[in-house]
Amino acid sequence: MNPADSINGPSIVNELKKARVNFVIALPDIVTCDGLLWPISRDPDLQLITICKEDEGVSICSGLSYSKNRAVLMMQHTGFLDSINSIRAMGMDYQLPIIMLVGLQGLEPETSPNESNHNGVRIIIPMLELMQIDFHILNNQSDVSSISNLIDSAYMKSSPYVFLVPRAPL
Amino acid sequence: MTMRRDEVLKLLAAHCPDEIVVPVYQSAFDWMKIRPHELNYLCTGAMGQASSHALGLALGCTDQKVLILDGDGSLLMNLGSLITIGSCAPQNLWHFVLHNGIYEVNGEFPIPGGLETDFSSIATAAGFPRSYDFDNIGVLRKALPEVLAGSGPVFVCLKVTCGEHYPRHYETIHDAAQRAQFKSALMARLSPSPS
Repeated sequence: MNPADSINGPSIVNELKKARVNFVIALPDIVTCDGLLWPISRDPDLQLITICKEDEGVSICSGLSYSKNRAVLMMQHTGFLDSINSIRAMGMDYQLPIIMLVGLQGLEPETSPNESNHNGVRIIIPMLELMQIDFHILNNQSDVSSISNLIDSAYMKSSPYVFLVPRAPL
Repeated sequence: MTMRRDEVLKLLAAHCPDEIVVPVYQSAFDWMKIRPHELNYLCTGAMGQASSHALGLALGCTDQKVLILDGDGSLLMNLGSLITIGSCAPQNLWHFVLHNGIYEVNGEFPIPGGLETDFSSIATAAGFPRSYDFDNIGVLRKALPEVLAGSGPVFVCLKVTCGEHYPRHYETIHDAAQRAQFKSALMARLSPSPS
């Protein structure tokens, strides 16, 4: 992989903090574990809550959204698919600001998610479009710099938002 | 021996007149009538998720006591949440499960395990420092002050039968105005955040 195409884990963490995120709810995902989850677990400014199943995380974020806190849910795309009913209820029906960072495990190099041979990866964007959930793909470092503004906007509008992570952050 | 659910909820309401409460399904319908309050969190959306919503509230509002009035069938859908709660150990969370052995609002079909499942032992194994079982209203009445005192997380299994039937107002549970009212009441309750 060309390093120029990689994304930087610490800069993502900085964007989360810039957006005043103070809770990270997570179930480990192979794409984001080394470059994001482990550093977050050592960061005193972020309270990490590890969960047993991803739909728990949707609900924890929902409860937190009524308080004065901001949260991000980290998971693999399989967890997103497993949590569709909770995301439907909290994101689509109730329009809560559920912010999700979704690792696209299995996405082939230099392939867009919609062209993946993996069914689970290929259906993610069509699912988001069907659910009318806005998303942003973190393909390269320039995509990272808009994270904080997009989180702010999702909270201001009270609407769900998904960041797709195609490759492991460094 | 079992207890009538409406008697149990009335007793709980007498001890918890002003707390944040996350009730589900028939307990939610009953609770809305027994303790109408702006801090009733009715909007759990998907079955089984009450304990996780309540955990989010408890983590976000650490100076507020949060009670869950869960169903047995609902908890079975999210048993992992007991581990998550046990691991986080929020001191302000009380998890009540009303155990009647059936999916009451879904045709009264038996849940897996019926009345035999030992939920409080599961909670203890999941890391709850205190777990209780009650099937007698007199015993519950006497013990409730101690159950509600001190620190959480606390788990309480209540063996109940249906009591008085309260109307099932699903539209209230999913009402956007109700959610806005909850948020507004919670914001008013919370102390100013340090900026």
